[in-house]
Amino acid sequence: MATISAEKRPASISGQSPSPEAVVVRFAGDSGDGMQLTGGQFTLSTALAGNDLATFPDFPAEIRAPQGTLFGVSAFQINFGSSEVTTAGDAPDVLVAMNPAALKVNVQSLKPGGLIIADTGEFTKRNLDKAKYDTNPLEDDSLAKWDVLAFDISAMTLESVKEFGLGNKEALRCKNMWTLGLALWMFDRRRAPIHEWLKAKFAKKNPVLADANIAALDAGHAYGETAELSGPLRKLHVESFVQEPGVYRTVTGAEAVSLGLVAGAKLAGVDMFFGGYPITPASAILHNLVKMKEFGVTTFQAEDEIAAICAAIGASYAGKLGVTSSSGPGIALKGEAMGLAVMTELPLVIVNSQRGGPSTGLPTKTEQSDLYQAIYGRNGDAPLPVIAARSPSDAFECAIEACRIATQFMTPVMLLTDGYIGNAAEPWKVPDPEAFEPFPVKHLDAPNGADGKVEPFRRDERGVRPWIKPGTPGLMHRIGGIEKAIDTGNIDYSPAVHQSQTDARREKVENVANAIPDQDVSLGDKSGGLVVVGWGSTYGPIHQAVRRARRKGLAVSHVHVRHVWPLPKNLGELLRGYDCVLVPEMNSGQFKTVLRDQYLVDARPLNKVSGQPFAIAEIERAIEAFFDDVPGNEGGDVDPNKKQLPSVKAVNP
Amino acid sequence: MNEMTTITTTLKDWETDQEVRWCPGCGDYAILKAVQRTLPQLGADPAKTVFVSGIGCSSRFPYYVESYGFHTIHGRAPAFATGMKLANPELDIWLVTGDGDGLSIGGNHLLHALRRNVNMQIMLFNNEIYGLTKGQYSPTSRLGTSSPSTPGGSVDRPVQPCAFALGVGARFVARGFDVSKNLPDVLKAAHAHKGAAFVEIFQNCIVYNKDVFHDFAAPKGAEDQQLWLQHGEPMLFANGTKGLARDVQNMTLKVVDVVDGDWEAAGVKRHDVTNRALAHMLVELPFGPFPMALGVIYDDPRPTYEDAVLDQDVKSREGKVADLGKLLSKGQTWTVSGTAADPV
Repeated sequence: MATISAEKRPASISGQSPSPEAVVVRFAGDSGDGMQLTGGQFTLSTALAGNDLATFPDFPAEIRAPQGTLFGVSAFQINFGSSEVTTAGDAPDVLVAMNPAALKVNVQSLKPGGLIIADTGEFTKRNLDKAKYDTNPLEDDSLAKWDVLAFDISAMTLESVKEFGLGNKEALRCKNMWTLGLALWMFDRRRAPIHEWLKAKFAKKNPVLADANIAALDAGHAYGETAELSGPLRKLHVESFVQEPGVYRTVTGAEAVSLGLVAGAKLAGVDMFFGGYPITPASAILHNLVKMKEFGVTTFQAEDEIAAICAAIGASYAGKLGVTSSSGPGIALKGEAMGLAVMTELPLVIVNSQRGGPSTGLPTKTEQSDLYQAIYGRNGDAPLPVIAARSPSDAFECAIEACRIATQFMTPVMLLTDGYIGNAAEPWKVPDPEAFEPFPVKHLDAPNGADGKVEPFRRDERGVRPWIKPGTPGLMHRIGGIEKAIDTGNIDYSPAVHQSQTDARREKVENVANAIPDQDVSLGDKSGGLVVVGWGSTYGPIHQAVRRARRKGLAVSHVHVRHVWPLPKNLGELLRGYDCVLVPEMNSGQFKTVLRDQYLVDARPLNKVSGQPFAIAEIERAIEAFFDDVPGNEGGDVDPNKKQLPSVKAVNP
Repeated sequence: MNEMTTITTTLKDWETDQEVRWCPGCGDYAILKAVQRTLPQLGADPAKTVFVSGIGCSSRFPYYVESYGFHTIHGRAPAFATGMKLANPELDIWLVTGDGDGLSIGGNHLLHALRRNVNMQIMLFNNEIYGLTKGQYSPTSRLGTSSPSTPGGSVDRPVQPCAFALGVGARFVARGFDVSKNLPDVLKAAHAHKGAAFVEIFQNCIVYNKDVFHDFAAPKGAEDQQLWLQHGEPMLFANGTKGLARDVQNMTLKVVDVVDGDWEAAGVKRHDVTNRALAHMLVELPFGPFPMALGVIYDDPRPTYEDAVLDQDVKSREGKVADLGKLLSKGQTWTVSGTAADPV
């Protein structure tokens, strides 16, 4: 747990290119090439160098897709800079392609004039065939608009680890570290933290592998020094970003959710029970929480999604804070049990790491298409609060907020993240746990009704019933999914009772709006020509697009909604202060419909469902369309974007 | 069951003020009374007792017992109970389910609760029919059962609940029926077993499947049709004139006549609740050629799931301090000093 202080470097180092404000690098290779690991370590070294950053891991659903194939390409993109970075960047400046397939899938995204680093050792006839190249792109002129640095990384890696006597296959596994070494040289990064990490990683398993990987890393770094003399490789220095003072670390959304849940349960003063079932991309939360048992966490890998939520509800009934987590298909399975938690008014946190749907859809890709499912997706009138995290670090506070509302209002709460937030990393200023206001839970310990009777559904002034733990003497009572009488909770489905209890459940959730902050404006004025309204992980690209548009003088603002149900009390009034409302979403317009329904505002959609996050430019174009005086030109869908996406044509020629 | 301090209660203390809503003559009334009669004998504490159910006629049970109760959703009661037990292992949990709830929609959860060995009593009321949805055939209905959904008779073979339970690893399997005077004893044995105790209770659905168990449950001729098993006792029925002996050649059991009470000479075997192979044979005995085996068929405890989980939790917490500040700054960190800039 080394604490490293970011050094303030001199403004420029002689002999180097001028410092760019931000650089986007994409590492792409076979899913067995260790690209995610390479990206993760590069992220850490970038954070340690004091840059702001955002990452985008993009990998296939198959664990070990056949080697060298187009669908087996795994990529990791990082955007880092000397000013605030909120997206993983539109188009890369540098593409590292470990094989022909990685080149083919990713090269169209690269900026013109960008740099391609390719391993010629992998550009064999066999691999070219698998990538459906007729001729070797490194040898024809198809890459003319980019700088190409092609050399035999495989051979150099083998050479660098020769002394360790590894088998050919094992030796080649060090390729990613060789490449990382080169990248560290390019961006003037320190190697020591990676050395430490490698030593720790292999300390128990095989220290020789640590030495070999370090040798490969150093060899890649040394190569940079020599190759600079000739060819397109150059050293780029990106200034560090001046951040708020404090202790920082990198955090992924899945980590932040896990930490936030632990913090939330602690602030509530109850232990946490987590019921989960493996599903991409939500499993990481279970893996994280298993390692936090000393915080009063009990985890349970259930037999299915339904059992996972049911066990969590059972634990909530028994007095702990029940938490379950899944992704779209699993959330669908949990729907009936969520209804029971609504009906029995028990606290519960449901984390939904959204992915592309419907059905199995795009397991490893990102989408925001579970909003309807979150707000409306249960039988009967079954309202529950829904919170959406905007970024990996924001997920921490959102998880605490979910715990607060669940325990204070005796209700299930859904926390929405998505595949992008879950996997992506960003620097995070480590919060002070003391800075959060505790919200201690009080379980009922004495009869609350007349004549010393217990009334499990007697509501307080906010419409909230007491939380009663079995095991408490004298408070025995029965709850269930059948409609229940007022106060006593006895079975009663007479017309007036159902009307009254349905109203009470709805009003209770509406009351949550009194316990959340008013909606603020992230960027821009509180009225004007256009407001771009987002929720969830679109925060980064919307923010940057609005910033750029405002620099051009356009009267546009950014509003980002965390509490998507119930909505903040002032949101309707706020939105009516603008002439136009644009809602970019990675779905077919779900929040747009919610806003129209709630406020009768003419919200226009901007939709993208390609499994990839928005590019800043896509939103920027949509904003500009509101100001170009062309009627009917506003909103719409995003074309599959060559700059941002792995080209569709490359994958399906 | 749990190690607990015993509490003095009467049958009345376990009755709620709720009107019981089963059909007049339903076997559930008898089971309810048997349970309410058993609980005082166990010294059970209403404050620590939880009845958990799914959906169906039987699952209304918790509303009628003056303890804690949770009427959950169809088939999932074992999952709720598992969460409760992990959250508070002190709770004494009785799970109430039926043949549709426990073996059709909830078969998967029943499998896992038994396999994991979550410490609770599981009472499966088997009436071989769907009652609350008005009489469709169930997974335990006999071949050829005519019902609104199978007017031509059901064609799929029924599951045998006790064979299912043994097959998935249950460590306690017993059988009784609604109006049997022995039912409280069976329930007491289930409660005494530490772990998941599975009790199949044949229950007469007076409306949709009347008297389907009449062949062995009717008082008249019961002694010839019921074999009440007792650990260590010879497996005798028909007033001691018949018994079960080993059929070595076929590796199963056979009915033998006992002359003048000399069961040993007839080769009748003593029941052994820890003999898993014997249990398998007993639950598979076809009724007709054999009597219905009732009572505790198998009882051989193993460590419970919640003990294993919570022990592991305790071990992994050993020597660790729950320092949230430390947790948040885990891994590699760096410090930024100086003044903050306006990021926009």
